Order: sequence, then C-alpha cells, then structure tokens
Amino acid sequence: MRTRAESYEQRLERVVLNPLSQTTRGYKLFVLSLLAVVGWGLYAYYIQLRYGLGATGMRDVVMWGLYLVNFVFFIGISHAGTLISAILRVTQAGWRTPVTRMAELITVVAISIGALMPLIDLGRPERVWELIAFGRFQSPLLWDIVSITSYLTGSLIYLYLPTIPDFALMRDRLGYYANPVKRLIYTVLAVGWRGTPEQHRRLEKAIGIMAITIIPIAISVHTVVSYVFSMTLRPGWNSTVFGIYFVIGAIFSGIASILIVMAIFRKFYHLEEYLTERHFRNLGYLMLVALFIYLYLTFGEYLTVAYKMQVEEKHLLETLFVGSNALWFWFFVIAGLVIPALIIILRKGPVIPRMVIAAVLINIAMWIKRFAIVIPSLQVPLMPFDFGAYYPTWVEWSITAGAFAGFILIFAIFAKLVPLISIWEVAEGARETPQPRVATLVEQSGMKPEEIEALLSKAVAEKGRSRVEQ
Amino acid sequence: MQEKEKGLNRRQFIKWSVGAVGLAAALTTPLLPVINQARSAGSSPETPAKEAPAQPDKKKRAWCMIIDLKKCEGCVTIGAPPQCTMACINGHFTPKGQQWIQVFQVELSNGGKFFMPTPCYQCENAPCVNVCPVAATYHNEDGLVLIDHDRCIGCRFCMAACPYQRRFFNWTVPELPPEAAFAEYSPLYPVPARKGTVIKCMFCGHLLHDGKLPLCVAGCPMKALYMGDFDSDMATNGAEVVPLRQFLKENDAYRYKEALGTQPRVWYLPGHGQAFGRTTDDPREFKTPVWSWGGDGFEPRPGIWPWGKEIK
Repeated sequence: MRTRAESYEQRLERVVLNPLSQTTRGYKLFVLSLLAVVGWGLYAYYIQLRYGLGATGMRDVVMWGLYLVNFVFFIGISHAGTLISAILRVTQAGWRTPVTRMAELITVVAISIGALMPLIDLGRPERVWELIAFGRFQSPLLWDIVSITSYLTGSLIYLYLPTIPDFALMRDRLGYYANPVKRLIYTVLAVGWRGTPEQHRRLEKAIGIMAITIIPIAISVHTVVSYVFSMTLRPGWNSTVFGIYFVIGAIFSGIASILIVMAIFRKFYHLEEYLTERHFRNLGYLMLVALFIYLYLTFGEYLTVAYKMQVEEKHLLETLFVGSNALWFWFFVIAGLVIPALIIILRKGPVIPRMVIAAVLINIAMWIKRFAIVIPSLQVPLMPFDFGAYYPTWVEWSITAGAFAGFILIFAIFAKLVPLISIWEVAEGARETPQPRVATLVEQSGMKPEEIEALLSKAVAEKGRSRVEQ
Repeated sequence: MQEKEKGLNRRQFIKWSVGAVGLAAALTTPLLPVINQARSAGSSPETPAKEAPAQPDKKKRAWCMIIDLKKCEGCVTIGAPPQCTMACINGHFTPKGQQWIQVFQVELSNGGKFFMPTPCYQCENAPCVNVCPVAATYHNEDGLVLIDHDRCIGCRFCMAACPYQRRFFNWTVPELPPEAAFAEYSPLYPVPARKGTVIKCMFCGHLLHDGKLPLCVAGCPMKALYMGDFDSDMATNGAEVVPLRQFLKENDAYRYKEALGTQPRVWYLPGHGQAFGRTTDDPREFKTPVWSWGGDGFEPRPGIWPWGKEIK
C-alpha cells in the first residue's frame, strides 16, 4: 500500500519513465542476442560482397528475391505510424493518444530498414551515389528514392515534434546524479521547452501541419513502391490496381504491427492502465476494415485476370492457385484473411490475446503475400522455356533475419531513450475527459467521486499555474 | 642607364625570339606529317567508343536484323549446337549460361515445333531503357540499345522490365578464357564481362561500321540471318544482298510480341526450316550450346550451408 495517493499525472510519469531509468538483465541479454543476429546478417552481407550476388539464389530468370520482398514488407509496416498518428489525429479520434508514439517509432525504424533492402540488392553497391549524380526521373526507382526519403524525413520530424515536451520532462526529472551526457542529450532535444501557452500553441500548429503533410507522402510511398512492379510488362504486375492495393496492404500490415508492439510493451513496460482493451478493440476493428478492403482488391485483381485467361496470366494463376506457389498463396488467404477475420468478428475469448493472434497471423501472411507478388510473376516464362526456379540461400535468409533483428534492436534502443507513451498528450487527454480516471481513483483510494473531482481540479489548477510561472 | 639596359634587352629579345622560331620550325617540319596523322585520327572514329561510336563510314544507320525461319532448322542437319549462338559465345567470351542470341524451340498450336533464334531485339520503345535509374542503358545514334558497364549499378530493373528476357546479369566474377582479358572494353563490345552488371547482345556494334557482319549472322551456316539498315534500305546475310523493305513485305515479316508496342528491330519471316527440308515434327534432336572453358560461369560461390566449403 502506498502511503499517499499519487496523482494521475505522477503515476503516468512514474510508469512510463520507469523503464527508461532502469535496465534489467533480461533486456541486456535480449539486446545482445539481437546484436548477434544482426552481426550474423552483416557477415552474410560480407559474403555477398565478396562473391557477388551469385551468393544468393537469384538467377537470370528470377532476378529479384527476398530482398525485394523484405523491402515491400518493411515499407508496408511503416504505414502504421501515419495511419494512427496522422489520420486519427486529423479525424480527432481521442483514443489514439497512448498509441501514437509507438506507431511513429514503427514508421521511422521500418522505413530505415526497408530502404536498406534495395541497396543490399544492388550488384554494384559502391556505385549507389550514381543514383543522385545521374538519376533519371523517368525511372520509377527515382520516384521511390524521392518518396521514401521524404517520408523518412517527414516521419522523423513528426516523431520528434510531439516528443519535445516529453524530452523536457525527462530533462527536468533527471536528478542531480544523472549522467551528464544523458542530460545534455535531453536538454538539446527539448529545445528549451517550458510548456508556456505560446509554445503549446506553436507545437500544436506544427504537429497539425505535419499530420496533414505526412498523409499524401505516405500514400505516395507505397504507391511508387508498387510502380516499380506495375511499370513492367509482366503478368501479375502489369496492373492498374497495384497502387491502392499496396497502400491498403501496407495499412493492413501496419495496424497488425502496432497491435503486436502494443501488446509486447504493455506487458513488459506495465502499461496496462494506458493501453486498454479499448485500444486493442478499436485497432482490431480498423484492421478488420483494412482486411476487407484488401480481400476485395485481391478478389478483383485475380478475378479480372482469371476471367480472360491470357496465356502469361494463366501461367501465373496456375502457379499461384494449384502450382508450386499454391502453398504460399493459400496460406495467405487462409491465415491472413479468413482466420483473422473470424477471430475479430466472432469475439470469443479475451480481446487482447485475440487481437494479437490475429495480428501475428496477418503479419506472417502479409510477408508471404509479398513473396507471392514478387516471385511467381518472375517465374512465369516470357519466352518459350520452363518456369524459373528460385531457392533463397542462407545468405539471403541471414540478411533477412538480420534485418528483422535490426528492426527490433533499433526499436528496443529507442524504447530506452524515448517514453513510449506521449506523456503530455495522455495527461492532456485525461484532463479533458476525467471520468475514467476518477473511476480508477475511486477504486484505489476509497474516497467519494465528488471529493476526488475537487482535489483533481485543484491539482490541475496548481499545475497550470506552476507551468505559467516556470 | 635604364634606357641602355632596356635596349640591350630588346636586342637580346629579338635575337632569341628569331632563334626560337627558327628552331621550332626546324624541329617541327619532320614532325608535321605525324602530327597531322594524329590529328586526323583524333577526329576519326578510332577514339574510344564513349565519345563517338566507331563509324568509319561516318553514316548514321538504322540497323535491324531479319531472321528467316524458313531457313533456320536449329542446326539439326549438321548435328551441332546452333552456330549463331556458338559464334556469339566464342566471339564475345560470354559468361557461361548467357546465350545472348538463344535458339528457342517453339511449340506450334497444331503440334510440332520450329526454331526461333532470339537476339536482343534492340526495341525502339525499349522498356529497359525507360526504367534504368542511372541511364546506364541507352540508345546510341544507330538505334542500338547499349549498356555502359562503368555506369550500371546492378539493380536489375531492366531485366524485370524486358518482356523478352534477353538480358543477363553477371552474378559473380565471370569465368572467362585468358584471352578475354586482352579485349578492349566499350559498350559496343562489352568484353570482358564485369561482375555485378547487366549484359546482353548489342548487334555486334563493334563490327557493323567496319562493313563486317555480326558474329551470329556470319556464323549461320544456313544463311538464315540478315543484317539490314533501313537508312540504305538494304540487308544481307553474307551471301546475297536484298532490298530491305521489299524483302520484309514480300515475306510476311512479323515482330515478336508486336502487341506490346516495344517496336523491336528484329523481324521474323515465318517458317520452320522447310528450306532445308525440315518438317515441324522432325525427330532430330536440338543440341544445346557448349562452352569451351570450364565452370558454370558463376564460380566460386559460397556453399549451401554457411559452414560448408565454397562450390568450385
């Protein structure tokens, strides 16, 4: 039992900041094992540099492989951030606030890892500067570069802006014995935030501008990623629906990624009070909407082609539906669409495990779906010869594993430097809608709701005054 | 004093300059023919292909190839691998597995098959040129689609874009015979092949302006391949010269996958080798090309498992 009742904001700060000040042994071990996997991936890349791309399973017929699959996948889950923070902010969905920070983090980290993939795929990585020096804007690859760099820049700004008040908070809470480097970093990053009304006004304005700006950029990113494929004369890729198909797929797997990340940090960072069932349920419904749109687009995409049965398209559909790629395709349909939809709709069992299972299934299935988009279209013979073969080698699997480990690693490190929940926004949100908070306080303290209300309003008034005085 | 010095200098100056001009004249006179020759060589096409493609006849051409399928019987009558492919492999030291001109056996809808040699089609609306992010692949002024291997970054987007799969990638350092090392590289003669870049047929651009036929055309024992130039409206297979446009018209020439709109510069005259008595159900077997140097072209590469030995 605590001796005196904590205020809501104190408890929020304590719970959210606690993981930043303490590092457990488990965390260190986890980071070390991730580092080992990343190191192994780097070794595999060294092997690839030494031998050339012949170290991979790619050959002249299937000339793109796992790297491009990973590229589409990571750029896909990067849409998590935009959807949650930008679209929900613009539509003023109040429940989003505890989720935004994690979503934006996913975005930044996923873009960074995803953008590395095409570079790893280059036969001549030492000539990558030529893309800037001799870049031709007629090539969809250049569209990718422009879009992705804009998205990364925009997302970094959009991640940073709402974190400024939290950096200031950490700067103020560091205490006398804190590491001076840490203090310097937080002080610099807080850019003199004092919480004045003028600063608040400017920050809100800047965040509002970024929220609007980032949406078209995000849509453009996955659209032009799909254009890399749909600008070619290949069965399956030669499609007008690819832009929106990829965007919806990205949002779909993005929401699934947020759900997984939320569940993990809810457990290990003890954020049960802030990431409630409501968040999981709402995100689950959003995911269901994305699922149905994706299902609809998939259905339309294949039906329009299957009805006409042009020779090359017929080859593709055969390999996808009954041929060598049928396992992947039907896994995607069953485990990525049917089962998650049933899990979300039927509402059997507790919400959070249900949503997490659905999200994990969807993310696995969506990776496989990207495989089923990239590889079979390349296997279809365009000249009178047999289907191409593609068997990824250990080099490709190792680099893929390294990429995923790198994603988790960067995320884990970020999670130690930045509070994963936007403290000031949640606190603000709680001030605006005090009811649920009062209910918890009633449970904890045993006081009457009216008394608590009075205490709270007094506390809020004091807090506001002290802010102004600062 | 100063005046005197100045006068002295002037006198000296005149003396020296006259002497220098005389000396220069005396020295350069025997050199003049040499310098002139060098200068004319400089403006002539012997300069590296990057600045100006080798064109001794100084004409722009519109190259095309005509493949008479009536005469192509896949070299089954001589019981050898297709000689066009073999001439190409040996002339360009193409890395093993890369058939820049490949002979496909195409199934006919009523049974049987015919042979179809496929070089790079040098499309006028080339999808590969359109998608290249760094302009490493481009049209030269004769309409050939070339690759600058000093520029290519190896993204393989062009290979994804090519609807004919006529592009190849050097996945590792290619295994080549030793004489390949002496070849002088130019985009018109991409030898020796370089690791991590895309490579393909370039209509033997290094030979054309010298009045020589491409290796495959010259190598075809059945004279089924013609090299043509729309600018002079002529084509030849080395044995006869034909009026190009009329020849295409009279022989029902078609282009492969015309509907794609890529506008290839390779025309086919329909047939199945009947000029040499081959029928569509001819049982004689087609022989795949062989490389006279070892390996499978990609060696060495790491083993199947990380701890295994590399594959030699």
